[in-house]
Amino acid sequence: MAHHEVDHVSGVTTTGHEWDGIKELNNPLPRWWLWLFYICIIWSFGYFLVYPSWPTLTGYTKGFFGYSQREAALNDVAVGASTRLAAASGLKDATLEQIQGDPKLLEFAMANGKAAFGDNCAPCHGSGATGSKGYPNLQDDDWLWGGSLDAIHQTLLVGVRSTHPDTRVNDMPAFGKDALLEPAQIKNVAGYVLSLSGGAVEGADVAAGQTVFAEQCAACHGEDAKGLQDLGGPNLTDAIWLYGGDEKSVVETITNARRGVMPTWEGRLDPVTIKSLAVYVHALGGGS
Amino acid sequence: MSVDSDGAAGGDVLYAAAKKIYPAAVHGRLRTIKWAVLFITLGLYYFLPFVRWDRGPNAPDQAVLIDLAGRRAYFFFIEIWPQEVYYLTGLLVVAALMLFLMNAVAGRVWCGYLCPQTVWTDLFMQVERWIEGDRRERILLDKQPWYGEKIARKTMKHVAWLMIAWWTGGAWVLYFADAPTLVHDLITHQAPLAVYIWIGILTFTTYALAGHMREQVCLYMCPWPRIQAALTDEWALNVTYRGDRGEPRMSVKTAEKARAAGAPAGDCIDCIACVHACPTGVDIRDGIQLGCIQCGLCIDACDTMMTKVGREPGLIGYDTDMNIARRAAGKPPIYRIVRARTVLYAGLIAVVGAVMTYTLATRAFQDVNVLHDRNPIAVQLSEGGIRNGYTVRILNKRTEERSFTLGVDGLPDGAVIDAVGVDQTFRDVPLVTVGPDTTRELRVHVSTQSAEGLDDSTPVVFRIVDISSGEAAIARDFFKLPQK
Repeated sequence: MAHHEVDHVSGVTTTGHEWDGIKELNNPLPRWWLWLFYICIIWSFGYFLVYPSWPTLTGYTKGFFGYSQREAALNDVAVGASTRLAAASGLKDATLEQIQGDPKLLEFAMANGKAAFGDNCAPCHGSGATGSKGYPNLQDDDWLWGGSLDAIHQTLLVGVRSTHPDTRVNDMPAFGKDALLEPAQIKNVAGYVLSLSGGAVEGADVAAGQTVFAEQCAACHGEDAKGLQDLGGPNLTDAIWLYGGDEKSVVETITNARRGVMPTWEGRLDPVTIKSLAVYVHALGGGS
Repeated sequence: MSVDSDGAAGGDVLYAAAKKIYPAAVHGRLRTIKWAVLFITLGLYYFLPFVRWDRGPNAPDQAVLIDLAGRRAYFFFIEIWPQEVYYLTGLLVVAALMLFLMNAVAGRVWCGYLCPQTVWTDLFMQVERWIEGDRRERILLDKQPWYGEKIARKTMKHVAWLMIAWWTGGAWVLYFADAPTLVHDLITHQAPLAVYIWIGILTFTTYALAGHMREQVCLYMCPWPRIQAALTDEWALNVTYRGDRGEPRMSVKTAEKARAAGAPAGDCIDCIACVHACPTGVDIRDGIQLGCIQCGLCIDACDTMMTKVGREPGLIGYDTDMNIARRAAGKPPIYRIVRARTVLYAGLIAVVGAVMTYTLATRAFQDVNVLHDRNPIAVQLSEGGIRNGYTVRILNKRTEERSFTLGVDGLPDGAVIDAVGVDQTFRDVPLVTVGPDTTRELRVHVSTQSAEGLDDSTPVVFRIVDISSGEAAIARDFFKLPQK
């Protein structure tokens, strides 16, 4: 440190370090800056004492504060749950229509329903509720068992062909497999049904198919084939087909029948969640 | 490596203890201006939260309020929503340009007169003078042993400082809540913990920065002195020692002798009143330098001395290095405030200010934001129609409840719009009531009778109209067909 070269411009000594002719001036740092540095080092030892820090053979030092990230997170979850409880109690006592008419209740029910839908319904109906083959699209306006708030709520409670005693259930006969209809008749019926929504089956006798339909199908699907929601009989005249609206799919449906299943949610989800789901699904757009 | 504390700057040490500065009291024109600035700025700071401003029902009546919980900022007749925070950006841009302009005109006006660090330090120094006396008394007091009067005076000083600091922190929190209510809550110990913590933080920083750190903040902590060196130029007025007139410096008697002998003698009598007056402890006669905050107190100190010895004041004054050189060369000094740099800065300030004023004056009191569903993009309906889902948020920035019609344009006749939870309609579109100074989010469905005549993506315009005033807002989006 016995270096006394003075820079003639600033009148300050240099540190003696030199890089390609560039020298560094020695403007001393204020001493308090150094103290702050030492204080920070001492401060850091405080962390060792108050927070979990050192591993031991069987665990770790817990620290004086007894802080645990896991417990803090669990605590936050509990606080969140109790906060939600207040809003949930509002849902519990309100009717479905009241929930829909109250912006605050609706906001909570939608958020709650969306989360529950993602956890419980999305595996079959899709995260966007658009369904897929065999799993109904809940966004559209075509409903097997009714699209009113109450009908959706009831379907959620009891399920379809579920273990619930009051489950929604119907049985379409397997007309081909059980030899109730000849293959030619099946083709004719398929031709008639598809003609209702503007389609056609080559070589099918539509008039003969209409006769078979009136005898075999109208009981559940209705005389006009527009479906009977009380029985869960699908509308066959619209643009929406759960199992496909091409000839092959329709023939397959008539031959072997379809029996989709939805579980009952009563007892598996709490009433508030089921209510929220009903409001949410109804609000997706297809609700009537 | 040893840490040595006794070396002055330029010694062989890496760390230097701060030298305590004892600024002397100064009287004069600039000191008076600084007192005025201090009274106005601190007066504004401490009392502004208590100014009331009637905004009618459903809105706070505090003139200046930053309502963090409610996510609103109020400034007299202006109310800012979070999405309008760009006004803050505009203010910061103007503030930066103002600093540039000040620098181009008269150097570190900000540092010397307006900076909170300077203003509070000035206040703390004055309190120190009242309690411990002026420079000489303070130096002597510090040299005394610790007993009796010294303990009493030092205690008094720190208590006074802490009270000012506490009041500073107390005023700060009043900007974030209704001031009279919060004062009442503070007195009755019912205020939230965060309030006490913030008062504590501000008390500590004020006490530490204005009482103890002082010029160290300017020298070591603040980036502005470094930046402003790049913004000044040879035309900018700076607090300048007119060396052409002052040198060679010598006492009055020596100067008389020198003049009698025909030798040159400057006007500077080397009394170092300028150095003693300096709050950062620099010697202005060394020229413009980092440590000089250009508060102008040395000008007042020097003028006082010059008047006393019967010489012309203004040996230190607002001047430029260029003029010193010109005078030394026998040329008249020139001053030019209007030049490319100042015109540019002033022009930019005017432009940004005009843009902000215009947008503020013409901004709407309602808005609508639309977000198209991502999944599904479109839904096939049973009768052949297509439906798209949207999340619509309507903003009502007025302090009364309003009703808006929510319509959509750009689709063939027969298109229907409906909003979940909205029963009222007006001319076949939903009529949405939105509470005062709030937003309402809606799930909205738009359905067409068929897909005929529609592209895969059709531009649509959502339009809200206040049915009583006719004020409207639009949002553009698209109506999509299902993917084949």
